[in-house]
Amino acid sequence: MAIRRRDFLKGSAVAAVSLGLPRLARSAEAASIYDIERFGNARILHLTDTHAQLNPVYFREPGVNIGIGEMAGRPPHLVARAFLERFGIRPDSADAYAFTCVEFEKSAARFGRLGGFAHLKTLIDRLRNDVGEKRAVLVDGGDLWQGTGLANVMQGRDMVEVANLLGIEAMTGHWEFTYGEEVLRENLAHFKGEFLAQNVFLTEEAAFNDAPAFDKATGRVFKPSIIKELGGHRVAIIGQAFPYVPIAHPKRFTPNWSFGIREEELQKHVDALRGNDKVDAVILLSHNGMDVDLKLASRVTGINVILGGHTHDAVPQPILVKNAGGTTLVTNAGSNGKFLGVLDLALDKGKVGDIRYHLLPVYSELLKPDPAMADLIGKLRAQHVTDWSEKIATPDRLLYRRDNFAGPVDELICAALRTELNAEIALSPGFRWGLTALSGQPLTMEDVLAETAISYPETYVQEMTGAQIKDVLEDVCDNLFNTDPYYQQGGDMVRAGGLSYACSPSNAIGNRISELKLANGKSLSANRHYKVAGWASVNAQQGAPVWDVLGKYLRSGRMMPERLGTGVTLKGVDGNPGIAG
Amino acid sequence: MTTHIGPHPTRRLILQGAVTVALIGLGNLPYAPARAAANDKYPEEAFKQKSEADAIKALYGKTAEPSDKVKLDAPEIAENGAVVPISVTTTLDKVTSISFFVAENPNALAASYKIPDGTMPVVANRLKMAKTTNVVAIVEADGKLFSAAKEVKVTVGGCGG
Repeated sequence: MAIRRRDFLKGSAVAAVSLGLPRLARSAEAASIYDIERFGNARILHLTDTHAQLNPVYFREPGVNIGIGEMAGRPPHLVARAFLERFGIRPDSADAYAFTCVEFEKSAARFGRLGGFAHLKTLIDRLRNDVGEKRAVLVDGGDLWQGTGLANVMQGRDMVEVANLLGIEAMTGHWEFTYGEEVLRENLAHFKGEFLAQNVFLTEEAAFNDAPAFDKATGRVFKPSIIKELGGHRVAIIGQAFPYVPIAHPKRFTPNWSFGIREEELQKHVDALRGNDKVDAVILLSHNGMDVDLKLASRVTGINVILGGHTHDAVPQPILVKNAGGTTLVTNAGSNGKFLGVLDLALDKGKVGDIRYHLLPVYSELLKPDPAMADLIGKLRAQHVTDWSEKIATPDRLLYRRDNFAGPVDELICAALRTELNAEIALSPGFRWGLTALSGQPLTMEDVLAETAISYPETYVQEMTGAQIKDVLEDVCDNLFNTDPYYQQGGDMVRAGGLSYACSPSNAIGNRISELKLANGKSLSANRHYKVAGWASVNAQQGAPVWDVLGKYLRSGRMMPERLGTGVTLKGVDGNPGIAG
Repeated sequence: MTTHIGPHPTRRLILQGAVTVALIGLGNLPYAPARAAANDKYPEEAFKQKSEADAIKALYGKTAEPSDKVKLDAPEIAENGAVVPISVTTTLDKVTSISFFVAENPNALAASYKIPDGTMPVVANRLKMAKTTNVVAIVEADGKLFSAAKEVKVTVGGCGG
């Protein structure tokens, strides 16, 4: 693909924020979008939710990301044109392509793939060198070790090596926990940085049985924070792991550990860092998800900036949140290595004078891959990737996952589950990771694994009553649309195949889902039993891994069934800017 | 102070993790000796009530007002509905009892503690919850009732992104 540097330069509007000042758009004449004006005395580089994507990717941002209640119409619940308008991004620009789904296919041909760790390495080293020694630190917000076939067979070990070469000094986790405690600890023994989690504690039973913990007195399993000297000042970085690991994933992976948001423990820790350790700034490296972070920022005092992840929201500007102690900035830095957050701080004794933030799209065509990282990636991939390079299908349409209710990737998975496992209905989890594949470009097993590679991939077929199916949909829907973000888990709606329904996101749990109908148009009956196929169950299952089911279906030459639309009729959210017009 | 485990140890709630405990003071309560004598008994009627309102009425004979001086700590989403850890602390003076109610459990009253004079009003417990509902803590202080409530979500789990 030709590098159209002029397209990038003309279109680029890298957003920068100075507290209290309007957005600063870069001029078209800028030599490079990666030349960032020097500011302050400390720089924090933030990666999050890369999902182990070693090479540059296509990833379409959502067309449906609805906010309800206080979250309606505010970032991150803006998509497409509403997003562009809110952040002042030109519709046909490279940034419009990076941050939104607007004209995705057309722009994909123009601007190419984003991310890739060799490209990230080049960019990160450059941004570090720009500020000089002892002024920069690189942190990762988690979901670094999962998302590809390679990461799955290596149980995240590939990403530990990559993290070490990249120079990640602190990280927290989410999917990292789904390899289980033993693998997690083994990987961390090889990790040169620190794994931080203020909100993971031993269960009472595990504490009683003297299970290993960072701090036996508090029961904290991991170190909660580090203090990093930057530009002659002391910056505390606190880790906040995904609060709902044992609920969103099988409990058997983390039987000894209890999670949660742990607001009170966090407040005590912040107070101790400020009072006893006399730090000049406090940063929360969070895997809460953006809505949770926005609420937390309004309640916990003493945090300067929350560097957020989990919900995969690429938000170009920080959101300012007032609380009893002052103001906290909340960011979210997208996913799949598409973006690098750059936080520049002007630190003073005991305080932060001013802050600038850039969320840089990592345009792989503008960055020369770092040779050492490219070598390491080649070496890591060499062992497995030839097994997965066979072309097994060519999609006849754009394949993507990310949207609140449905996407072609999951339509395909549901079709495969129903066909191969002979079920009336299929359910597939609403993950937010998984790549985008362009129409007409061959799919390999490696691509299939990038949509499905988890440590509990077993499929199942079970009988469920209509009432049970409705309960599952209601339960998951409340994880998205509960008006209190602390009750949200941050994934998207469970995908349904062979089943259509209406959804009223603004209603309360139990009253959101209605008009459930089978593929043949018949209404679902509450008491009748239906054969339901699925995968990623929190209960142990015995069926074939979902990637084999999907691979078999694709190899048989079938693609998508007739387009049925999403199968979901939305009610009561007309005009919500979280829905692309 | 003595501890009485309720007279129905086979109740499913007790067996499966919701420790139903009544801590009963040994009298000598300065403000109402007659009442204290009556309260020495296991509050059988209150534990039998289905609804939260009926259970509160049976236990205390009056209603509670919400108070920010009652601090109820419970998870937003339960990691295990069978064992939900909760605790209550309060800055109220003259606390004489603390009780927990789970609005939509088969029997709403889960536990009631008598707090003898001079005891710190701090109580922790574990509740069994079948489904998402409000947990209510009531603190009896100086003859009045004060409450705090929190919704605890009990979910089928899974499907996290």
